[in-house]
Amino acid sequence: MSASHDPVDPAHHGHGHGSRRGYWIGTLLAIVLTVLPFWLVMGNVLRDPQVTAILIVAMALVQIVVHVVSFLHLDTRSEGGWTLLAFLFTVVVVFILIGGSVWIMFHLNTNMMPMSGTGAAMG
Amino acid sequence: MAENTLIKTIFGRLTLESLPIHEPILVGTFIVVALLGLTIVGAITRYRLWGYLWSEWFTSVDHKRIGVMYMVFGIVMLLRGFSDALMMRAQQAVSFGANQGYLPSHHYDQVFTAHGTIMIFFVAIPLVVGLVNFVMPLQIGARDVAFPFLNNLSFWLTVSGGMLVMLSLFVGEFARTGWLGYAPLSELAYSPDTGVDYYLWSLQIAGVGTTLSAINMVATIIKMRAPGMTMMKMPVFCWTALCSNVLAVAIFPILTAAFLLLLLDRYVGTNFFTNDLGGSPMMYWNMVWAWGHPEVYVLVLPAFGIFSEITSTFTGKRLFGYSSMVYATVVITILSFLVWLHHFFTMGAGPSVNSFFGIATMVISIPTGAKVFNWLFTMYRGDIRFELPMMWTIAFMLTFVIGGMTGVLLAIPPADFVLHNSVFLVAHFHNTIIGGVVFGLFAGMVYWFPKAFGFKMDPFWGKVAFWGWTVGFWVAWGPMYVAGLMGTTRRVHHFDDPTLQPWFVVAAIGAVIILVGILGFIMSIVVGIKNRDKLADTTGDPWDGRTLEWSTTSPPPQYNFAFTPVIHDLDAWYDMKSRGYQRPEEGFRPIHMPRNTASGVILSGLAFVFGFAMIWYIWWLAALAFAGLVVVSIGHTFNFHRDYFIPAEDVARIEHARQPLPAGA
Amino acid sequence: MPASRCRQVREMSTQGHSAATTIADRDTWHLAEEDDHGHDHGGGATYIGFWIYLMSDALIFASLFAMFGVVSTSYAGGPAPREIFELPLVALNTALLLASSITFGEAMPHMEAGRVGPTRIWLALTGLLGAAFVCVELYEFSNLIAEGAGPQRSAFLSAFFALVGTHGAHVTVGLIWIVVSLVQMSRHGLSEDMKRRVMCLSMFWHFLDIIWIGVFTFVYLWGVLR
Repeated sequence: MSASHDPVDPAHHGHGHGSRRGYWIGTLLAIVLTVLPFWLVMGNVLRDPQVTAILIVAMALVQIVVHVVSFLHLDTRSEGGWTLLAFLFTVVVVFILIGGSVWIMFHLNTNMMPMSGTGAAMG
Repeated sequence: MAENTLIKTIFGRLTLESLPIHEPILVGTFIVVALLGLTIVGAITRYRLWGYLWSEWFTSVDHKRIGVMYMVFGIVMLLRGFSDALMMRAQQAVSFGANQGYLPSHHYDQVFTAHGTIMIFFVAIPLVVGLVNFVMPLQIGARDVAFPFLNNLSFWLTVSGGMLVMLSLFVGEFARTGWLGYAPLSELAYSPDTGVDYYLWSLQIAGVGTTLSAINMVATIIKMRAPGMTMMKMPVFCWTALCSNVLAVAIFPILTAAFLLLLLDRYVGTNFFTNDLGGSPMMYWNMVWAWGHPEVYVLVLPAFGIFSEITSTFTGKRLFGYSSMVYATVVITILSFLVWLHHFFTMGAGPSVNSFFGIATMVISIPTGAKVFNWLFTMYRGDIRFELPMMWTIAFMLTFVIGGMTGVLLAIPPADFVLHNSVFLVAHFHNTIIGGVVFGLFAGMVYWFPKAFGFKMDPFWGKVAFWGWTVGFWVAWGPMYVAGLMGTTRRVHHFDDPTLQPWFVVAAIGAVIILVGILGFIMSIVVGIKNRDKLADTTGDPWDGRTLEWSTTSPPPQYNFAFTPVIHDLDAWYDMKSRGYQRPEEGFRPIHMPRNTASGVILSGLAFVFGFAMIWYIWWLAALAFAGLVVVSIGHTFNFHRDYFIPAEDVARIEHARQPLPAGA
Repeated sequence: MPASRCRQVREMSTQGHSAATTIADRDTWHLAEEDDHGHDHGGGATYIGFWIYLMSDALIFASLFAMFGVVSTSYAGGPAPREIFELPLVALNTALLLASSITFGEAMPHMEAGRVGPTRIWLALTGLLGAAFVCVELYEFSNLIAEGAGPQRSAFLSAFFALVGTHGAHVTVGLIWIVVSLVQMSRHGLSEDMKRRVMCLSMFWHFLDIIWIGVFTFVYLWGVLR
């Protein structure tokens, strides 16, 4: 690896390291967004598993964003926007892979597996 | 009894029976390979070239050297993969009715599995990666890729995987499951021997190499373009290299995961893809094809890029529709993630799922069509020079387009229900892979060979190669389209219907014509070397090229560019030539370069041993090799002295030795 | 040549030096000064390269999540999540991992300022919390195997062990990396190379916490809710 002669390391600044305040807000949010879902489930607070399931997924997605912004310092400037682009591209592929697989496999299982359903499912 | 246990502990399930001493074909192959190997090793030793090979090639982190090594490896594996093809054609030409042919199904199945595995993973991928490796950094005005050591490691990991597959010829057996190793056939219950394990370990090891290489290429294109070379001033080949490698980074993890889960099933007894205890074999198909479809675009996009460069150069015109080429490439990249189910329409997902993926598959042909029109419009009213690279391009256009059309035909689920797993399908994908990827690779090799070695390939034998491949392809695969429409199933080693035989005989003749093409290609290199003084490239720009690589000598110096070029326009070298560029004669500075390293060779060697030990259940050796991998990797990170400077005087000396540029060139 | 003089070429944000470089006119063919750091062999490419690697690792996990999603109710007559998941233990583990992300975050300002001592202390603390995480997970796994709920019992359990186990293996690699970093920091201090490496380790560590968010939500909490 080449040692830099440049005291202001451009690559270093091209990769953000954010503010302490942003970091503390992120930490607080992460803790809250972790405690809440565990509390909701362990305490059977809402008594409705479906609503609880949706809520905790929403909180998980928010917490992921919090981690990515506050701890990984993802922003539009880092590496000229390439970091954000790579992240968004990955998110899209993850959704296609998981969503597509679940959709496909659900249909395959409905149509092809002997135990589930009557065989020729519609749609 | 204790002695037996001791032997089993030391050797795992490796026994003398694992050696195929009763198989005449394999014994014969081994003798030939051994003699060839001894001759090569003997020659290297006699001419005292080991030191040279080690320090100038094997431990090199120079992208140009690594690129050449990838090409050599890919061509050698092409010979192995093609031998498998010849064996299959020979078997299928005669095996009708009472005649069972010479290859029992037990071996035939290994041959078609090895053929596909080798051709995709150890021919197509290395050749594409090799070309991108050699050309792309030069085209963007960089001195090397972003991570030169990783580049070396990626190459050797690929070789390591390839060697495991080659070893399966002589020690144990290879898989009989087809090149994708479908579950549940590939599960332990149905494939208990070493075959699938050879397949899985060799591809996992090579897959790590390919993933690391892809990360490397993407980072290089993002970070290391010369000043002034914005994304939209980058050569089209680099755009296709970027998109291809972005795809590779995205999809190889899926294959890695699928193989990991299958390995867990086979080694630990988990139930991911088993028939019982809740396993889902269909999920294996889903995962491997989620990898497999984008993979073909990983291969073909750089081929499209090669054709763009060649069309523009050999018509003396800027490429028509640069922006639309870029958009088409990006659209293909994204759409390639939305079609994978078309490989298993018949598995039963139902009409809504099948319709979505069928329509998406048809849509993806549109951007490719746009590219073909752009090439045609570039050629229109151009001053076309029908040199060999341009000939390959024309052959590609005619061949690949037909292959693409049969793809659109297969995209319609009802049609696919008839043609799935017929030889029509096999003809389709050979049509697109040979017509697209292979022709592209040959075009690229002929085009960039002088840049790499300083002299052109022999043109006569190059034409023999061209005609052998072009004619041979159609003679070999035309009949398969017909036989497929007649209902012939693939991967079958014997037929009962004698009316099919003529088609297979013609196909076998076609394979022999392709063999002439392959031999012609080898000869074009050999004769080229012999006549290298007559075929020499003295200017660095033998084809009147338009992109930056042609501004260097042939071959380029280690550091590529004495001064980092500044870019003002698309087709940067053409811009430089037409506006009176003068090569600087002085003011050279020391150049910062990375050192060679042995870590790549050592780590890959350990990976090979680890793979072999896991295949044969030699647990102590596997543990040792794994520990070695960890220790060497960590040890490598303690090396902080990875670079050096080429003194300015050396740079000056190399630059002054260059021929002066012809005026107005 | 009617080219504009002293034109700032803003779009070359590929190189760290771009903002400062002026392309005087269209007849400048070479850089007068080489920015040693940003351009050749990509000293500046480490972060984007490592980030892209993390994206590929995210896709391995996505594949494992997809597998889990497909077989998450394939109990094969064996134990279901509610019978085997101890949420208090999972909560403890989550707290340990989140705490380790926080302690790593504490190390970073010290690292950027070049303070070796405090950096090593916070990094060591992170390592301890991470080691505790792995120990709790090994404890959980061995209990499950002992009560007949091992990875071979059903596809659901296979997918559980593969997903959670792969995450744990990554954490273990991170722990080894922390130890190696502590050793290398004691020898080389916080040189530019070391800073770059610790930055990558930080990205890796936070990435693993993000994956864990997915794990505790979709595997454990959803499992119990089902």
